[in-house]
Amino acid sequence: MTPDAMTDDVLDQAAAWRGQGRKVALATVTTTWGSSPRPVGSQLAVDEHGKFAGSVSGGCIEGAVIKEALAAIDDGRPRLLDFGVTNEQAWDVGLACGGKVQVFVERLD
Amino acid sequence: MRPDILTALQAARTAKRPVALVTNLRSGAQKLVYRDGTEGELCIDVDMIMAAQEMLARDESGTLQTGAGPIFVHVHNPPPRLIVVGAVHIAEPLVRIGAMAGFGVSLIDPRRAFAASQSFDGLTVSTAWPDEAMADMKPDVRSAIVTLTHDPKIDDPALEAALASPAFYIGALGSRKTHAARLSRLKERGFDDAALARIKGPVGLDIGALSPAEIAVSIVAQIVQTRRNP
Repeated sequence: MTPDAMTDDVLDQAAAWRGQGRKVALATVTTTWGSSPRPVGSQLAVDEHGKFAGSVSGGCIEGAVIKEALAAIDDGRPRLLDFGVTNEQAWDVGLACGGKVQVFVERLD
Repeated sequence: MRPDILTALQAARTAKRPVALVTNLRSGAQKLVYRDGTEGELCIDVDMIMAAQEMLARDESGTLQTGAGPIFVHVHNPPPRLIVVGAVHIAEPLVRIGAMAGFGVSLIDPRRAFAASQSFDGLTVSTAWPDEAMADMKPDVRSAIVTLTHDPKIDDPALEAALASPAFYIGALGSRKTHAARLSRLKERGFDDAALARIKGPVGLDIGALSPAEIAVSIVAQIVQTRRNP
């Protein structure tokens, strides 16, 4: 029986989308502080139309990450995003739980 | 991520070969680090490769600070395993919930009638004797083993093989009385108290579980607790 491991499904999904010729970006939680909702290694795959699979926060910052993922699909540059209470973005998109999280966004070339 | 890295990463994961994807978070350059080698464009020194290999062994992803910027080591180990002995009623929810929790599940029952009697979501049931089946499966530190049959002829050889392995979790279904009898049999077979203390019995967290699904929840909960919060 194959496991439903959260991270691995997302990478499979991203690779499958890419294999279909879709443009794809992958976001990965690289560091967490405090009570962030998803562990290091959690992933979110985003395609050129904003369709996504997986999660990096359980919903709090997905909107902002998807926006950056679409930008990465456009320009090909990787991005390292910080979200948390010390970040002014926190008020807009923040983690209500008071945690901090760093997310790396890259395009699948 | 370059296509060659993605292809190699997916190939390693499919082959259940442990691999770490190492990324310079500033440049995005990447390298795959295996237990016994590397591939990819990112230049990192030997110390960093060894640090990534240690993280692979610890099954722990994380960020390393280096002169060239932060380096993220994303560990992709094959899923931890759950080996269930006994294709009994409880096995049905147990293999399902185990898979949902991220385990690669195997089921062993030498009694063909049992193996054929239930639906296990397409899971193949090994009908070898547990000691032979376990010798093939080689449980490791990322394996959990649960016996469910109540039949000493089947459970005992499975537990002996489990105790001889470094499995992180060993559980045996059965009442306190059944478990006490089981422990004295295993003691006669030469296992000391420290070894026998590895067996969780009666199996599962004490949540008052009654139905097969509830018992499966309590077992998987105990496995997760042992793994994440030992």
